[in-house]
Amino acid sequence: MQSKRWKPWALLSPALSAVFLLLVVPVCFIVVYSFWLRSPTGADIAAFQFGNYAKFFADYFYPSILLRTIRVSLESVALCLVLGYIPAYFFYRSETRFKSVLLLLIMLPFWISFIIRTMSWINILGDTGLINHYLIKFGILSEPLGMLYNEGSVLMGLIQYLLPFMILNIYVSLEGIDKSLLEAARSMGCTEWQAFKEVTLPLSLPGLSAGSLLVFVLTAGTYLPPMILGGPKNEMIANLIFKRVIGTLDWPFGSAISVVLLGLLLIIVWTYNRYLGINQIFKSLQGE
Amino acid sequence: MPKISGWSLIRFYTILVYAFMFAPIVVVVVLSFNPEQFGSFPMKGFSFRWFIKLAQNQTILIAFKNSLILGSLTAVVSTAVGIMASMAFVRYNFPGKNTLNTLLLAPIMIPEVILGVALLLFIRWLQQPKSFALLVIGHVVLTLPYVLLIVQARLGGIKKEYEEAAQSLGANGLQTFKEVTLPLLTPAILAGMLFSFTISFDDITATLFWATAQNQTVPVKIFGMLRNSISPEINALGTVMIVLTIATPLLAGYLSRKLSRGS
Repeated sequence: MQSKRWKPWALLSPALSAVFLLLVVPVCFIVVYSFWLRSPTGADIAAFQFGNYAKFFADYFYPSILLRTIRVSLESVALCLVLGYIPAYFFYRSETRFKSVLLLLIMLPFWISFIIRTMSWINILGDTGLINHYLIKFGILSEPLGMLYNEGSVLMGLIQYLLPFMILNIYVSLEGIDKSLLEAARSMGCTEWQAFKEVTLPLSLPGLSAGSLLVFVLTAGTYLPPMILGGPKNEMIANLIFKRVIGTLDWPFGSAISVVLLGLLLIIVWTYNRYLGINQIFKSLQGE
Repeated sequence: MPKISGWSLIRFYTILVYAFMFAPIVVVVVLSFNPEQFGSFPMKGFSFRWFIKLAQNQTILIAFKNSLILGSLTAVVSTAVGIMASMAFVRYNFPGKNTLNTLLLAPIMIPEVILGVALLLFIRWLQQPKSFALLVIGHVVLTLPYVLLIVQARLGGIKKEYEEAAQSLGANGLQTFKEVTLPLLTPAILAGMLFSFTISFDDITATLFWATAQNQTVPVKIFGMLRNSISPEINALGTVMIVLTIATPLLAGYLSRKLSRGS
């Protein structure tokens, strides 16, 4: 069966040519285009110059969007960790027979339209939304509280989208822990909290870090939540790219911004892979 | 249940997280039955008014048709390509295997905005117009990694011995695949198709780059409608999408169980 050397390549050729032609080559095009010029009439001129990058870093405006993207990504990682660890731990320790149903439920939002889930936060946080309506009805507020179109509402949308990724990653690595280790710790006189701190938490770190990387990368490239739930001050780098490419048709500059975003993610993924190894992420996605 | 101090706190916290996750979904469904002119609270009764309005909206129906065709084509192409590649990764050894596997999974980690710009730029350079075919090939790239993950996990669980037994009994490669591997792989194929269909049906960011006014999908249409304000019609459309996306996997699961019992 292994004798035919060409066979795996024949099986792989459609997938490889798809990814090569539709991903690798186009991404190379972005890099090439980012050095091009845009003529005053809007035509693209082949060139090799760093003007687009210079424009990006010329003043505080564009770098501030880059910094905001990094800040929001870190905030979203932190919030997902805080919100996700305890449910994952609950799944791991719980012996309820509804465990598989509960796990399925937390995966359910994956299947439900992203744009609907995102826009529905307007129904909840808006001036006539769920929270304001009841706060006013019960006389706690007289005027609606402006909860939309700020960083908080953007983070709400982001977390609702990303939390299952984090919970899944942590749960998969918790499930891999040998429970007899915990019993050993307990029998040697550890309290429940000590056993958690000394055994469970350190052993769940791979899932924790894999989930964090995934959440960071997905937030850094996010377009929809800032667009729908954010105001002009919450624009992230993906929104900037969309505006330059589709809005003003400035392909060279849009390409340069894309390269900046890609560079940021490459640095982060490369660093992560060097110290922690990237394969854990794909492993837990497989668990879905 | 293990006796842990603070366990009830953990349980309570988990319930709160569930409430957070499901609040937007529940609110969409509830509000879609509100007969009021504006899609917001308070509820002023219960009616199907906005669903009826939705069913009469020609542009939304066209968007639905586009999304269904796009999702189905994506599911078929992506799963076929994904199964072939997974066979190569699971059943054969060849140089560069791990690197190639990572390369094929890479689109998961690349922001959709980048995929969107890159493919559009390439198409522009080839001087091709945006078309429905662009959406299909784009969605295949988006969904292929997920198909690979699912099918590889499944294929790894099928013992090679079954295939070898068939071959030692005289079956050729194609016969073995058709009679042994394929039936064992059916659940993975269904799961792969379902996954790629849902991702394609749902996709918004990259699709915004690739779609034209003529081939809008449902999410692109919703995105356009949101420019004005949240109309109750969007909530109704959301409810339809929620019901569809929950019903499809349930139905598929039921069918596959029934099929496997039948055979």
